[in-house]
Amino acid sequence: MPVISRGFHGRRQDGPPDRVPPGQYVTEDFPVLSAGPTPHVHLDSWTFEIQRGGDLLHAWTWEEFQGLPREDVTRDIHCVTKWSKLDTTWEGVSVDTLLDAARLLDEDSAYVLAYSYGGYDTNLPRDDVTGGKAWVVDTFDGEPLDPEHGGPARLLVPHLYFWKSAKWVRGLIMRDEDDPGFWESNGYHLRGDPWLEQRYWGD
Amino acid sequence: MDERRLDGNAIGGDLMELFGTEMTVAWAVCRSCGAHEQLAEMRVYRDAPGIVGRCVHCEAVLLRIVHAPGRSYVEFSGVASLEMRVS
Amino acid sequence: MAEVAATVPETPRTRTLVLDVRGWSGHRAGQHLDVRLTSDDGYQAQRSYSIASAPGQPLAITVERLEDGEVSPYLVDVVHDGDAFEVRGPIGGYFVWEPGDERPVLLVGGGSGVVPLMAMARAHNAAGADTRMRLLYSSRTLDDVIYREELGHLDGNGLDIVYTLTRGQPPGWTGYARRIDDDMLREVAWPAGDGPIVFVCGSTHFVDAAADGLVRLGYDPRWVKTERFGATG
Repeated sequence: MPVISRGFHGRRQDGPPDRVPPGQYVTEDFPVLSAGPTPHVHLDSWTFEIQRGGDLLHAWTWEEFQGLPREDVTRDIHCVTKWSKLDTTWEGVSVDTLLDAARLLDEDSAYVLAYSYGGYDTNLPRDDVTGGKAWVVDTFDGEPLDPEHGGPARLLVPHLYFWKSAKWVRGLIMRDEDDPGFWESNGYHLRGDPWLEQRYWGD
Repeated sequence: MDERRLDGNAIGGDLMELFGTEMTVAWAVCRSCGAHEQLAEMRVYRDAPGIVGRCVHCEAVLLRIVHAPGRSYVEFSGVASLEMRVS
Repeated sequence: MAEVAATVPETPRTRTLVLDVRGWSGHRAGQHLDVRLTSDDGYQAQRSYSIASAPGQPLAITVERLEDGEVSPYLVDVVHDGDAFEVRGPIGGYFVWEPGDERPVLLVGGGSGVVPLMAMARAHNAAGADTRMRLLYSSRTLDDVIYREELGHLDGNGLDIVYTLTRGQPPGWTGYARRIDDDMLREVAWPAGDGPIVFVCGSTHFVDAAADGLVRLGYDPRWVKTERFGATG
């Protein structure tokens, strides 16, 4: 049994149970998580790519990406380190729009691997990034996305734990197999649904 | 400036719990660039879902540690060789 | 498990906790320990703190309050004598100084980065070591100088202390009044030819600036031991 530290409560705040998944606490801040140095990507060399089996299927420059139809997105986000942040507001392009523009809506891969500038990657079922569930966002709270939060652009998959919302996203690889990404290959759950508390292997 | 970058000293306690001995003085060879440094000197990021240790020379990932309830996941695939002193 | 035996306010932002740890195995100057706090509903938070006391003296840590922190405000403002929490340690074998080491020692500390260096200065003093030891201590203001009175006694008794006050100086201050830079290091550091050993502790930015500057002065990187403090409190 751990020793109880008299008067210690941490800085946790409970939220409405219908919006805050089990084991999570609400934060007003936006904690910065990083597994490495922050990449600083110049917009004139930025691209977003879709690949399959080593073939580049489509790529957008920053300017081309800015020309795609955009959406405003307001969602709650849930980090596996136990904070949740309610009503975060983003702006970007849905993955459906990207696949449509690349004429890949009929492409039948069951999984994707999102990969990032700086070397990070994370695996997702294709069904979790299509059907209005995921975006490539470049704006947070009305401002260009700060590099420490993943700017120029990050993936946003708010219904899964936030490690799936890859910062500094650079592209998607369409795949038939669900091969694990950076955290999923060392203990973290392959899918990461916060409402099912899928934090670690075996959860 | 990246104030979230620490060094291997910061995870001495985690390593000691996992290995049962003081590990920050162990010498590691980076699988990516071949550099030979003590674990105390590696770059450590731990404001993350887990702990990430990177080579101080080439930034390649040396190790990852994830603590889950009742177990830890430890991955050292970026370390080609680890030299530990024994008495 | 550690029980708080005494608390000593050091500065408006820092406090020393003297700890009574059952089965404590003793430590070396420069080591740290991990503190783990548990709330009554099972929530836990863990942080590392440098040991301030010399080996053989009552075990003490000094904690700086980080305003957005979760653990440090508790340790600086809430905890009192008789309270208990879990500790793990001593930890570390790299950032460690032994009184038998005959190389001249340079200690470079920024803010609460002085804490493990204080353990070394105290160990040096307790051992009556005649090794040359010099401390370059960067602080925001004079009121932020931790261990000010004790350092005043140690200064000149085998230890030279050089302060730099980066944000505000008292009237008549003649010491350094800027962040550590190469000119300051050149004036304070032992000549590279003396083959010194250096311990640098502070924020990541501070440590990088000092360590890189010393290497530019001709120091072998292997002589410069570094320890970086996180911004998570």
